Amino acid sequence: MIANEPNLHRRLDRRAAMRALLENRGELLLVTGLGSTTWDAAAAGDDDRNFYLWGAMGGAAMVGLGLALAQPDRRILVVTGDGEMLMGLGSLATIGVQRPPNLAVTVFDNGHYGETGMQQSHTAERVELVAAARACGFKEAFDIVDELGLRDFAAQIHNAATALFARVAICADEPPRVLPPRDGLLLKTRFRRAIGID
Amino acid sequence: MSEAVKADVPDWRDDIFAALKAAEIRQVGYVPDAGHARLIELCRDDTEIRAVPLTTEEEGVALAAGAWLGGHRAALLMQSSGVGNCINMLSLTKTCRFPLLMLVAMRGEWAEFNPWQVPMGSNTRAALELCDVLVYRVEHPEDAAETVAAALDMAFKADFAAAVLLSQRLIGAKRWVK
Repeated sequence: MIANEPNLHRRLDRRAAMRALLENRGELLLVTGLGSTTWDAAAAGDDDRNFYLWGAMGGAAMVGLGLALAQPDRRILVVTGDGEMLMGLGSLATIGVQRPPNLAVTVFDNGHYGETGMQQSHTAERVELVAAARACGFKEAFDIVDELGLRDFAAQIHNAATALFARVAICADEPPRVLPPRDGLLLKTRFRRAIGID
Repeated sequence: MSEAVKADVPDWRDDIFAALKAAEIRQVGYVPDAGHARLIELCRDDTEIRAVPLTTEEEGVALAAGAWLGGHRAALLMQSSGVGNCINMLSLTKTCRFPLLMLVAMRGEWAEFNPWQVPMGSNTRAALELCDVLVYRVEHPEDAAETVAAALDMAFKADFAAAVLLSQRLIGAKRWVK
């Protein structure tokens, strides 16, 4: 049960976690999910190769899959929240079947819906996303609760041989919002230009 | 899911596949439907197309957006019931003006024996139009290729979301042969 979970109280700062994932990003392409992970990415520094979802809840991982299949020579990182991932939980099964080696799906898990008043999510009870990812066919799925684990994972994103999943335990706090552009047409067009296809 | 269609008889399903190939579709997301069985088989067998089975249709809307971000054209195959599942995800398509082609096998509109199919089947067009998806419809086999090609142009040349409804009469007339 949750009370015996050894990692329960070990949690990372979300902004520092996003910075760690994007440090030395090289040619990495980033997709973020509706809500706080989009603000986290903006706080780490806006980049034309970031595609931020400001809506379409549940879609982040699948946007990452389509992108990963279209760009097999580039590395794709999806970072989304636990609530957004739960809404698209079936997409873990879909990705588990495809398993593109250039895709890493990362969930910043604070067990709460941060954008709507910090209501508890299913992961605050007994739903384990890492176990779900493994059951869906991810061969490499990590439960990250410290900086060392995060740094190891950040390195693996660049050279993995199979699709990766990581759940990163983060604190349920609300750092000041940092907002990237929200014009979807702009975000789409600048992303495609940045990777040389438009 | 086995299909009664004889593989050696070219028909409108092959015409649709040829249109997808001509438009250089590279990813096809699908939730299986008997009306799409042959098309799914053709896509899965094609080495240039990545066929992606979905757990629910809205996954395919996001898949197609990601594909386009990476320079691939994607198409989605679904049954009319699945259109309802796509509604909020179509906000991604509209807000970013992503191209999208949906091929929808109709149920619940013609000689339907399952009443549970009728509520969504009778509102498929309205639901799509409410989301600003351009809707085309194929009633006769000879119109399939041209209609799908026209919808592909609206999607990938004009950057709109387009859906082609394959009528239940069309599908039934060809499929329910024992």
